[in-house]
This record gives sequence, structure tokens and C-alpha cells, in this order.
Amino acid sequence: MRELINWIADPIRSFPIVCVLFYLMMKYYRVVGSKKFLYVALAVIIPTAVWFAADPNFFTILILPDNIPIIILLVLVGYLTWFSLHKAAINDERIEQGLGPVEGTPENREKVWCWPNLVYTELFAIIAATSFLIVWAILFKAPLEEPANPTWAPNPAKAPWYFLGLQEMLVYFDPWMAGVVLPGVVVVGLIAIPYIDTNPKGNGYYTIAERPVAQWGFQFGWLVLWIYLIIVGTFLRGPNWTFYGPFEYWDYHKVVAEYNVNLSEFMWIKWLNTAMPENMFVREILGILLSLAYMIVLPPLTAATKYGKMMIEKVGQMRYYIFVVLLLLMMSLPIKMVLRWLFSLKYIVALPELELNL
Amino acid sequence: MAAKGLADKVRETQVWKSIFRHGPPDNARNRAAVVAGNVFLHLHPIKLKKSGVQLGYTWCMGGLTFFIFLALTVSGVLLMFYYRPTAEYAFNDIIALREHVPLGIMREIHRWGAHAMVITTWLHMFRVFMTGSYKPPREFNWGVGVILLVLTLLLSFTGYLLPWDQLAIWAITVGANMAKATPFLGHGGPGASLAQIGDFVLVSDKNDVRFQLLAGRFVGEPALLRFYILHCVFIPLVVGTLIAVHFWRVRKDGGISAPL
Repeated sequence: MRELINWIADPIRSFPIVCVLFYLMMKYYRVVGSKKFLYVALAVIIPTAVWFAADPNFFTILILPDNIPIIILLVLVGYLTWFSLHKAAINDERIEQGLGPVEGTPENREKVWCWPNLVYTELFAIIAATSFLIVWAILFKAPLEEPANPTWAPNPAKAPWYFLGLQEMLVYFDPWMAGVVLPGVVVVGLIAIPYIDTNPKGNGYYTIAERPVAQWGFQFGWLVLWIYLIIVGTFLRGPNWTFYGPFEYWDYHKVVAEYNVNLSEFMWIKWLNTAMPENMFVREILGILLSLAYMIVLPPLTAATKYGKMMIEKVGQMRYYIFVVLLLLMMSLPIKMVLRWLFSLKYIVALPELELNL
Repeated sequence: MAAKGLADKVRETQVWKSIFRHGPPDNARNRAAVVAGNVFLHLHPIKLKKSGVQLGYTWCMGGLTFFIFLALTVSGVLLMFYYRPTAEYAFNDIIALREHVPLGIMREIHRWGAHAMVITTWLHMFRVFMTGSYKPPREFNWGVGVILLVLTLLLSFTGYLLPWDQLAIWAITVGANMAKATPFLGHGGPGASLAQIGDFVLVSDKNDVRFQLLAGRFVGEPALLRFYILHCVFIPLVVGTLIAVHFWRVRKDGGISAPL
């Protein structure tokens, strides 16, 4: 059983599984958002979590003081995701019946006094947060390792946990993509959301049915690409950033054979059976063309589809193209992951001469 | 009767009246006055929609983020009394905080609070997205919020270096090496090798963005001082300013979102 879970946890298998679970969750959010589902899920998750924690190898990683926040985060994200699906399911049911969202009922629109209604809630939240922080601070000492030693690097050298999603991206992309371009795209993309999403519905209440594109797009980026990759980076990556199953001992001598091949090597050596051309641009021509096609040719092609036309009619050309480009940039990560796993593909464009590897 | 009498007597005194210019908040006029007349409470509207005060709607995550920011400011200032940002003293000062301060949990509060603030900021954004609260007229404030989220991560990241232990310098090394790969601006990034006039290299490890960040080519003492200033002065000032903008706009854009 533990062997099986170690085997499944490898991103090669767990990433597709997480994607399927995500699809099911969003597709059947009314089932997932029911109270019954929550109880069943808790009945499964709590014993499983206890069983996981009972394993000495997993326990060592789990109780690293700096991993406590991730556990808190995971519990909160899990519950609050369910909670918002729950609220959205109720609202969408009401909207279908023509009742409008719960937040819009005359009773909830009624104005109440800030004192005492809001001020006391805030006071309570402050006291609760303070007590929580104090208990946490007493129970867990802030970590402190040996004094800084520039000549000896710990293995694995991990970034703070909230950046582990980015560090995990380094497996699939070079630092200029994983550490600079893609994080930049995330920030720009987030700021752009309100200017792209012109759907007037779903403003001020929980709903999924009334804004499916926004919900699917954002949730995929947030839950699958951000949270899931942090979990992988924290719990499943050990020395040399090698994959370790949750029940696996972090053996520093674990050797993983990696033969990753560039697209240009596939093209010239395997398919055309010739030597690699001297000129680097000729050498990488296929990858360059494919990348350009992905970013430049693909958006107009999608615009010509029935769905694309429908969206352009709603939001206009400009917004549509910005949306598609941002979406393609986001999807470049899962695409690269899948290519790596299926074909051991290292770089689509490999121009080490320019430090430009894609 | 005595306690009630005493409370009423205190309320009658000139001192009390000079501080609180209104009577007890048990009628409409005084409830308005208590919020509008108090500098800390006047951020709030005097009345607001019921859906906006429900925990099930807001999760209180924005408010908690702000409160934790305040708690971090206070605990951070206390830590600054003890901590010297030099390679010689930094680590020993942290040890001293741990060994010599009886019942000292200030560093713990500060560190776990920093993690908690990252979490509450993310969850606040998650909630704002789920309720579609970024939609007009709140588009701009969503953008301010995203910048605040990035600054929260940078605050946490710069603070990570200050204990000057192995965890600190190597986590920052991993992060700073990303800056090396910035296109055109980092010496290991794409395009940097093109920035060359004859033999003269424009972007090298002595002037690229990583050098600007670390004040050197590796995480050394200059980087410690730079991160200390960024962490304790520069970023908090920017964050404080943007928080003011953020709160102001929450009010000006119509308060907590609700169905139109």
C-alpha cells in the first residue's frame, strides 16, 4: 500500500490525477458543495491524514517547523474551497429558480450599524488571531540552523515555502522562465483579470454557473498550478530536488537516471539521421517555429472557432487576444510537464549560446 | 448598583468627556458618533449592508491580514532593539534572543505571523475572486491588492535572510539566482550576451539585477544590510501607503461588495 502511494505521488502520475479531480470538482460542484460530501470527505481525509502522519519518514518532513504553515494553508484552502463551492451551489440553485443570490435578499441588503455589528466581529477576530499566534509561538520554536556558511550548501537548498511552486517549475523551465517571466506573467495576469472579464454577472456573490470561464481559469491556476506545485515542492522533493514518495526515506544516494533530449536532437539525429547543423538558428528551426506558432498563430486560430467568435462578440478583439495569450502562457507549464514525461523532452528551443532555452 | 453608579460617574468626569465626546453607543446618534469620531474606527462606514458583516461572506481575511501586519510591525520593532544586521552579530543576536530572553516568543510571533500573513493574503484574494468583487467599480483596487500581495511575499522573503543561518542564506541564494536569469538584465539571462559593445560587456555579474539586489555577487554582509533596510523600512513604508490607498478605495468604491 505504501509502495503504491509512493508510486502514485510521483508528479508523472499525481499531476494528471489532480487535473482529473479538479475537472470533476468543478463539473460536479453542486455535489461536491453539499454538506453530505463534506462529511464523507472528512471521514476519508482525517483517518488518511493520521495514517500518513504515523509513518516515520513522512512525519519527519511534516513536523519541520517551517512546514507547519503549509499544513495550515492546506487545511484552510481545502475547507474554504469546499465552502465557496457550497455557497455557489446554493446561489446557483436559487438563481435557476429566479430567486437571486442569497447575498441579495432584502434581509441581507438591510443596513446594520457598524457599532456593534462589525466592530465586535473584528474584535473577536483580533482576539482569536492573537491567541492562535501566541499558542503557535509557544508550541513551535522558530527554526534556526547552523550559522551561515557560504562554503557549504545544504541539500536540498529550498526557497521559502510560498516560492516552492516556482522552484518546482525549475524542473521544467530554465530560471529565466520559471523565476522571472512566468511569475511576472502571473502578476500581470492577475491585475488584468478585471479588465478582461467584462461579464457583469457574479459581482458581489458566490456563483460558478454565471461565470464559468473565469472560475475554471482562475481555479486551475490557483489550485492546480500554485497549491499543488507547492505541495510537490515541499513534501515530495528531497536531496538534489529528486522525487521522493511521502513514505520514502530521503536517501542522499538515490540515483535517478535522466536522459532528457532536446527537440532539435530529436529532429536532426533521430528523424533526419544527420549531423546537427552548425548555425544555431537552423539547428533549432523546428522549436522556434513551433514556439512562434503557439504564441502567434494559435490565438487567431482559436478566434475562428465557434467558441472564440462567441467570446469576441462579448468582450471584443483586444480583450480576447490578451486573454488567450495569458492562457497560453499559463498552459505552457502543464504542456511542458507532459512533454517531459512522455518524450523526455528537455528543451523545445535550446539556444545555450544565448542562454535562451525554452 | 455600585458598579453601575461608578461607570456612570466615570462617564460624567471631565477627563472621560474630553476623550469620548459622545454618550454610550446605545442609540442611533451615539452609534454614528462613536465610529465617525474615532480616528481608528472612522475607516468603517457608519452603516453597512448585512451581507458585508457576515463571516460567511468575507471570511474576515482582509481584516486579519491588516491586523497581522500591525502585529508584525509591533513585534518587528521590538526585535530591532536586539538585532544588529552584521555578519558578526546577526546570528549571535538571534541566539541571544532565544537563550537569554525569559519566556521570549517575540521572534516566534514575528516568524509565524509572517507565514500567517502570506496565508491570509492569499485567502483574501481567493475570497475576493470567488465573490467576483474585482468587477467594476473595484478593478483598480484589485490591482492594488495584487501589488500588496507581491509586497507581502517580498517582505517575508527579505526577512528570511536576517537570522543569518544556513536556512537563510541558502534560501536567499536560490531566490537571488533567479534574478541572475532575468532577460537582458541578468548576466545569466537570455539576451545578456548580446549587450556587448566590442569587448566591453554591458551586463556582467558586477552590475546586473542580482548584483543590485545583493549588493554583491553572492549573499554576503552587504546583502544582509540591504535586506534589513528593505525589510524594516523601505517595503513597510510602501506597504503602509498602499494599504491606505486600498482601504480608501474600498470605501470610495462602495464598501464591501454586494449584488448590484
